[in-house]
Amino acid sequence: MLKTPLHQHHIDHGGKMVDFAGWDMPLYYKTAEGTGSIVDEHNQVRTCGGVFDVSHMGRLRLKGRHARRLLERACSRRIHDMQEGQCRYTLICNETGGVKDDALVYRMSEDEFLFVVNGSNREKITDHLKSIRGDLVCEIDDRTMKTAMIAIQGPTVMELFSNFSKEIPALKRFRFAVKNLMIMKLIVSRTGYTGEDGVEVILPANMIGMAMKLIAQNVDPNSPDSPLKGTGLGARDTLRMEAAMPLYGHELGEDINALEVNMPFALNMDKDEHELGEPFVGQEALKQTIAEGGPRRQLVGLLVEGKRTARQHMPVLVNSEPLGVVTSACVSPTLAQPIAMAYLDKAHIEPGTKVEIDTGRADKLAAEVCALPFYKAPKK
Amino acid sequence: MSNAPTDRKYAETHEWHKSEGGLIVLGLTPFAVAELTDITFVEMQGAGTQITPGDSLGEVESVKATSDVYSAVPGEIAEVNDALADQPSLLNSDPYGAGWLVKIKPSETSALDGLMDGGAYDEKYPL
Repeated sequence: MLKTPLHQHHIDHGGKMVDFAGWDMPLYYKTAEGTGSIVDEHNQVRTCGGVFDVSHMGRLRLKGRHARRLLERACSRRIHDMQEGQCRYTLICNETGGVKDDALVYRMSEDEFLFVVNGSNREKITDHLKSIRGDLVCEIDDRTMKTAMIAIQGPTVMELFSNFSKEIPALKRFRFAVKNLMIMKLIVSRTGYTGEDGVEVILPANMIGMAMKLIAQNVDPNSPDSPLKGTGLGARDTLRMEAAMPLYGHELGEDINALEVNMPFALNMDKDEHELGEPFVGQEALKQTIAEGGPRRQLVGLLVEGKRTARQHMPVLVNSEPLGVVTSACVSPTLAQPIAMAYLDKAHIEPGTKVEIDTGRADKLAAEVCALPFYKAPKK
Repeated sequence: MSNAPTDRKYAETHEWHKSEGGLIVLGLTPFAVAELTDITFVEMQGAGTQITPGDSLGEVESVKATSDVYSAVPGEIAEVNDALADQPSLLNSDPYGAGWLVKIKPSETSALDGLMDGGAYDEKYPL
């Protein structure tokens, strides 16, 4: 199994380790009493702050005079108007308009980009980029094993960085700074996957110990309100569900049409019309779908009655007819009620629509369609 | 960290069985609870239900999964831990005590002899 540069750190801090996409990762951290709680870690991030190891995410460096054009081909978002120091969320589609992955593009310079993709799709996307590269001049370097990546998320974490940087707390959303601290180069971006404010940091793998110490300056990690408590993949999943952020293998997949995900901002359907623009893989198929009246189903939120949790793949029934399917679900720690995301027939996506979830048991779960996201961080 | 009590017997499916005044008290081990993570819902069959080993006694749901619960002994459910309906997290905080699931009036108990004792369980399933 693959290990991140923080693997020993997880073991030392009571990480309950599980196989995630071939990586040995902490699901949550056990306390001194031997117990541990995903919900506690979730609440920690919503109220204060937490640190996630996200080194399993794929980090690909694209460099060369055609790097931008290669990304224009691969990404559903336009790339040519990105400035140095800017990050952009994008989908990567296949020829039929399905979703190969979602990713974050970092523009390092005119001819250099960092492409952060899902851990489970790192090799697939590398191969895909090579297959669509043609005669474009762009070197693709998989930096995943040479670097570490951590996410520090929560309403209080930006204050931490004021200890050693004026620039980082002043970063706007989806902007990053490259910092040289002592002998290490850090990429710090104001991005995340929790619905909270915070940053993601990419740094050389062998510097992670030093970086953790530096970030933890003036912080007592054992204090109950420490903004630097370890948070595992379990809380990462419930946090992203509340924030309605899609996850590959759940809301995203090769057989899920990019239009169904209902993130209009993520699809620049006219990006090929600009003089620097290029069509992206899948764009023709998506245009065709739009011309035919759009996708027949759409991603929605469901508020589920009672205490039971729906699970992925459970059918969603409208008037007893299976017209949808659950993609993710949990008991929302913040709302204290079960929630789900589901693909549902377009005719029934109006918020307030009553549906049922078929659990395979005698009793079905009553639910109601709601707008996404389930949770938005309060404005400061 | 684990110290499975020696006053009960342990099944491969991670239920503990404790003889108490002619009844068998049944619950889940901390190992099972740690795998399931935060328990969000518990529903056992009602008192009076006849049970057979291999049939599900009920379900435990967590943030990560839904899991069936089994008894190693046949008999009848004598009592269900009603406190779990409002406080399923008792399974997380006190799996060997207040987080018990059901009490069973066994029709026979020979199957307990085939289960693991605390030492063997800890060795096989260390926390």
